[in-house]
Amino acid sequence: MTDQTNLKEREVAHWAKTSRLMFTHLAIWFFFGFIIHMFVVPLNRIIIPVLGFPLGFYMAAQGSLIVFVVMLFMFAKQQDKIDREFDFAEDD
Amino acid sequence: MATQAATSSSDFIKNLGKMYGTYTGGFLAFILFLAILEQVGVPNRILGYLFVFFTLAVYAIIGVMTRTAQVSEYYVAGRRVPAFYNGMATGADWMSAASFVGMAGTLFLLGYDGLAWVLGWTGGFVLVSILIGPYLRKFGAYTVPDFLSFRYGGNFARFLGVIVLVACSFTYVTAQIYGTGLIASRFLGMQFEVAVFAGLVGILLCAMLGGMRAVTWTQIAQYVVLIIAYLTPIVILSIKKYGIPIPELTYGQAIADITAREQQMLATGLATAAALKPHIQPFINYSPLNFFAIIMCMMVGTASLPHILMRYFTTPSVREARQSVAWSLLFIFLLYFSAPAYAAFSKLEVYTNIIGRDLSAIRPWLFTWGELGLIQICGKNATNIDAIIAACKAVAGHPGVVRLQDFVINTDVIVLSTPEIAGLPYVISGLVAAGGLAAALSTADGLLLAIANALSHDIYYKMIDPNAPTMRRLTVARALLVGVAVIAAATAATKPADILAMVGWAFSLAMAGNFPALVMGVWWKRTTAAGAICGIIAGFGLCLFYLVTTRYFPGAGVKYFGMTSLTNPLTGAPLVDIAKAMALPNAMESFPTLAHPLANKVGWFDLTNIACGLLGAPLGFLVIYIVSKLGREPSREMQAYVDDIRRPRGRTVLEEKTT
Repeated sequence: MTDQTNLKEREVAHWAKTSRLMFTHLAIWFFFGFIIHMFVVPLNRIIIPVLGFPLGFYMAAQGSLIVFVVMLFMFAKQQDKIDREFDFAEDD
Repeated sequence: MATQAATSSSDFIKNLGKMYGTYTGGFLAFILFLAILEQVGVPNRILGYLFVFFTLAVYAIIGVMTRTAQVSEYYVAGRRVPAFYNGMATGADWMSAASFVGMAGTLFLLGYDGLAWVLGWTGGFVLVSILIGPYLRKFGAYTVPDFLSFRYGGNFARFLGVIVLVACSFTYVTAQIYGTGLIASRFLGMQFEVAVFAGLVGILLCAMLGGMRAVTWTQIAQYVVLIIAYLTPIVILSIKKYGIPIPELTYGQAIADITAREQQMLATGLATAAALKPHIQPFINYSPLNFFAIIMCMMVGTASLPHILMRYFTTPSVREARQSVAWSLLFIFLLYFSAPAYAAFSKLEVYTNIIGRDLSAIRPWLFTWGELGLIQICGKNATNIDAIIAACKAVAGHPGVVRLQDFVINTDVIVLSTPEIAGLPYVISGLVAAGGLAAALSTADGLLLAIANALSHDIYYKMIDPNAPTMRRLTVARALLVGVAVIAAATAATKPADILAMVGWAFSLAMAGNFPALVMGVWWKRTTAAGAICGIIAGFGLCLFYLVTTRYFPGAGVKYFGMTSLTNPLTGAPLVDIAKAMALPNAMESFPTLAHPLANKVGWFDLTNIACGLLGAPLGFLVIYIVSKLGREPSREMQAYVDDIRRPRGRTVLEEKTT
């Protein structure tokens, strides 16, 4: 019985942390997928030194994409850490 | 016996790096070999054939070698594809003929606004990883409808899932086979219809005998070909122009040059303000609403497309499923962040070396494409210098140099012509053709498998004959695969007019039909079967209604559903005069051609029909929420299953009978 309640508690805590991680990443995704591109006109006035890209164009062509890739590797690590913390991770 | 199989399979996994490394080296050696052949005078046509047949033969050999008679191998590749390799396979699965050939052209034409597609087709993987993919992996499904059926009370939900899956995958696969035909007919000079069926044979050789297992290992081989083919010409071009082999960094300079040249062309009368769309200026082709709506629909559609989700069913663990999504996006990113470079280099070439040039001094690479009707100058195909001069003489007041408004280029030409623009040997053009073919074939394989699996596993095995023995299940699966492939090829051979728009529609339909039910099924335990079923019907129904009405019954849309004309994003003026168009005798015509004044040009809220998912998905969420709240909470048992899906540790929830 104690095992059962213990499991329940771990489940709730695990899911709370998982949800928080999900919302954090969703917010970053929304910022780099949408919000930043709403400011493309002012951002285009900034030219990236040396490379010569207007910043607004660069963000849509490369910047946001790089953020997405990095984010996904980080997410895989962070979620795995949460799973391990509550002993819900798969065996290696 | 079983242990023996297990050891040999783990050896297989261990040797993957060596195998694909050798394969990549072999492919590079093959390119060099063909380059030498070209130097000693072997004709281009033969080189093209060698390229295509060599690569097709490799895919076919992998397909035959990885044939299988086991159900779990056939449907989910035995769930032992490592994250890195599954990422590569997903990359090939994902990047279609449209990405390989069409993307750069779209960016060439639309400038900044085209980046909506680049963003939309990459950012969706974030949603796959954080919201859906790993949970479906833990659930242990063979197909996406498997999950819907289990979570939402049985075969009716399963059936809806199959309808959504077929609706979004079939149009998509038709477009891929069409793309195969286009590339083969252009490079090999085959007749289009023959090329379509030749491509079909290639697809079937990969997928039929080994199902998911064979498709996985061929897709990895196809990724290697397509990425080498995409990057080689542009890297060489970048070295030639700027001395640095990283075109993604050097094209910033090209963009600055384009912007300067645009001003110059306006000042010297080579372009009118109406014909010139500044490359970096946003929102001249799409209104801000449609720009962001397209991004949203492509992203959420990515996370709802069954042929993508099912790739993550093949990893050994939930952890690897997550890592695999990250690898997938990295491999996709390599192509997508290079596409704008193609567009910029081509545009600079066109603006500086074609526009403003005397008609008699046109560079000859144009004429190859002009003969195919893909480049027009002064309204006529640019087949040779005399034809151009004659065509431009007919234009009143023509100054004798090419002006921007005289020049029309088909978007497919951008990638295909870059080797010629850069003055590279033909072997590079052949390489690009092989890459385009790999992109089209790999996506077609994944989609066909998704459709055939839904029909064989969900409809036949789960709904018609649950006691079917393994042999019969696999036979049915293969027969259906061939059947679906032939129907798709036959459809493609008729060259349907809407084929490219349909790829965009597929994303919106998947988004509206699948996304709310999948996300709510994992993230909200309170979601009931009735809620999900109503949500799928309402969301998918609304999206489909909007598509079909605006495209095929625009007159009725205006008359009965209060639709108005879409507006020009720059001026805000309506695209069509509704009153005038409605007075025409053909205004109420159904299934009109694209020339119909209203087709695709009416709608609600000025929203393009490609983004119909933006109407459907929120409605789906709302309906699921309300109907679920009205009904009784799902059983304790079901809620426990949802908890189980959320924990990576332990057995999969669904245990398939495999023998």
